[in-house]
Amino acid sequence: MKRPLVVILVAVALALSTAAFAIDPLPFRSTAQRERFQHLTSELRCMVCQDESLLASNADFAKQLRRQIFDMMQQGKSDEQIKDWLVARYSTFILYDPPLAPSTLALWFGTPAILLSGGLVVVVLLRRRTRPAGSIAEDPGDDW
Amino acid sequence: MNPELGQVALILALLLSALQCLLPIIGAWRGSKPLMATAPTLAIGQAVFVALAFGILMWSFWINDFSVAYVAQNSNLSLPWFYKLSAVWGAHEGSLLLWMLILNGWTVAMVALGGKLPQAFFSRVIGVLGFVAFGFLLYMITTSNPFLRLFPVPPNGADLNPVLQDPGLVFHPPTLYMGYVGFSVAFAFAIASLLGGELKSTWVRWARPWTNVAWGFLTLGIVAGSAWAYYELGWGGWWFWDPVENASFMPWLIGAALIHAQAITDKRDGLRAWTLLLSIFAFAFSLLGTFLVRSGLLTSVHAFAFAPARGLFILVYLAVVVGGSLLLYAMRAPKVTGGKSFALASRETMMLVGNLMLTVACAMVLLGTLYPLVGEALDIGRISVGPPYFGPLFLLLMTPLVLALPFGPLSRWGKADLKVWRNALIRIVALAVAAGIIGFVLGARGWYQLLGITAAVWVMAGVVLFAIKRWREAPRGKRYPFEMLGMMLAHFGVGVFIAGAILTRSMSVEQDVGMKPGASVEVGAYDFHFNGVAETQGPNYRAQQGTVVITRNGKHVVTLHPQKRTYAGGQVQTEAAIQAGVFRDLYVSLGDSIGNGAWSLRVYDKPFVRWIWGGGALMMLGGFAVVLDKRFRLRRAVDPETARATPEPEARPKLAEGEA
Repeated sequence: MKRPLVVILVAVALALSTAAFAIDPLPFRSTAQRERFQHLTSELRCMVCQDESLLASNADFAKQLRRQIFDMMQQGKSDEQIKDWLVARYSTFILYDPPLAPSTLALWFGTPAILLSGGLVVVVLLRRRTRPAGSIAEDPGDDW
Repeated sequence: MNPELGQVALILALLLSALQCLLPIIGAWRGSKPLMATAPTLAIGQAVFVALAFGILMWSFWINDFSVAYVAQNSNLSLPWFYKLSAVWGAHEGSLLLWMLILNGWTVAMVALGGKLPQAFFSRVIGVLGFVAFGFLLYMITTSNPFLRLFPVPPNGADLNPVLQDPGLVFHPPTLYMGYVGFSVAFAFAIASLLGGELKSTWVRWARPWTNVAWGFLTLGIVAGSAWAYYELGWGGWWFWDPVENASFMPWLIGAALIHAQAITDKRDGLRAWTLLLSIFAFAFSLLGTFLVRSGLLTSVHAFAFAPARGLFILVYLAVVVGGSLLLYAMRAPKVTGGKSFALASRETMMLVGNLMLTVACAMVLLGTLYPLVGEALDIGRISVGPPYFGPLFLLLMTPLVLALPFGPLSRWGKADLKVWRNALIRIVALAVAAGIIGFVLGARGWYQLLGITAAVWVMAGVVLFAIKRWREAPRGKRYPFEMLGMMLAHFGVGVFIAGAILTRSMSVEQDVGMKPGASVEVGAYDFHFNGVAETQGPNYRAQQGTVVITRNGKHVVTLHPQKRTYAGGQVQTEAAIQAGVFRDLYVSLGDSIGNGAWSLRVYDKPFVRWIWGGGALMMLGGFAVVLDKRFRLRRAVDPETARATPEPEARPKLAEGEA
């Protein structure tokens, strides 16, 4: 009982001790390229940290991968090509934007489904509760 | 003081909480006045013992008693005194104790201020709060005891996690918990009314001030957490949609919906059952938030499984609280459905749209937060859900809400006043479009930025138009009651927040640079000149401190000193240097030495970033302002059975004089 607890604490401490944001100067060719890089890497997960993007992570893994992504950008690869390469190596776990697949159907269609059913409830409620303006008794006094 | 005394105090508090749960509720059920009369005593007694335990733990930190395992893990001889005290809530066990202390604070406030409520109702409220306390105390004592001893006693402690050594930590958890736990009062009111089988919704008016204060604190907690991440993580971002943030955001969304549902039910007797349901869910999400963060579940399903006792207890407790409440709801709520009817273009409809969007947004956040955990547990492959999922979906869901927001206050209760609608719509559209055009002339580009400016002005213009309408139509002195003022502050805050969030995102310039001393880099209109790095010494860390001189058109703006600290335990922590301003922040964070005397630095120009937190602060103030309204002053103990027989006896006659 005691030992696993210590292991967890140490693991958490380690995870947090790398919480400093990565500062990684790369020689971008233009502002547009830098922004594209920042946008792309902010939507990728650092595979070895807890809840950190590739852009933010200070881990060696992230540093190397950032360099590789940078190199691919210099070779003129598109974001899609870079992502495909990453997914081929690391699975879709690396994408913060999980692609539509059988296992993510509920994730992507869950919200519209909830919205639709919630909207239906509201519509039913409105139909049941609303009356044409004339039929509502005048409510004298302040309207607050 | 002996830590075992703290343990004993917790056990006594547990016993008292069990009594606090049972006696008043039985008393209310049996109509026994002596049993009901125990409620205040038991609640205060429990609070005294929890406060004692809290004080003892704090004392153990103060005197560096490393024989207490929790102190040894989270403190250090050289830790500054204020962090020693805030380290009490720096990890799991102490956070729970803080949670308990705050729950007792709310309960004692209830005892102090709720004396004029009908005795049976009051007893049930205190009883429900006792039940919540019982579960938490049992959890602490059985799985998360902060007073466990450590042998052999280490000569020094492991130190508080450096990430947490920041003024932000001193305030962030207590304010956040004030919000989480505050929803327990609204929850207790709802359950008490269900237990009592009350058909009327008089209780909603009593619950409203408590809900507003709780939500105000939760807002403050989230804002403090966001600002803390901005300062302390050297990252310059303010929200990452990570599970810990989401955990606090879900009860916030439900709380916002609840505030509005309560207003409808209080004033128009409109959404009784829905208000009950939201009261239950606001608290359920608060519990979920506390446990998600505290159980290790988020680190990984496997870390959670490491300490199965904790995990199991949490699941059972959540199931009992939520399941039990929903069962009670299902049994009793059908009796209270219904309410006054209203026209389609009325205030009720606008508030329903807002309620729908807020709850669906909460469901969306819940889905995205739990999906990876469920996926991992069911072994259907590991999935990451992050900002590119939450951000766009949230924006989409909030669009109808933002569109409806100005028309909630501007339209009327119950009926459609199409003339008011038309006038308001024309003016708001005109102002919002004008703002978009002015923004474009001033250099705003891209649909995202232009729509953002338009949306922000849309919301703010709605508030201003409402204020003008009130000024014209209501008699002097009755124009802006506190409740309305709170609404105006909070709604205006939404506009400020939209402006801040969208302009920061679209206008920020961020750059990582490698610079030798003497080198400069241009970011936006500013010139960042690097003057090298020197060593300094803090109380429990060494730091490398950079000097960066910022100029604009050759004129000196500010000199910043970002630090990179190495703490006693060897952990490294960056400390960004920030020149804060109303219209922009200049931000420098120091990286590593990269050879040849050069250093890596991260420099930012972040326009309007303060507006994000400014908007949050306005929302918080709005929540607090509502409480001062005369409407919520309890006059005398009203018997719940007869309270609504004479509907709003105090309101009607005064309405003729234009009373709000």
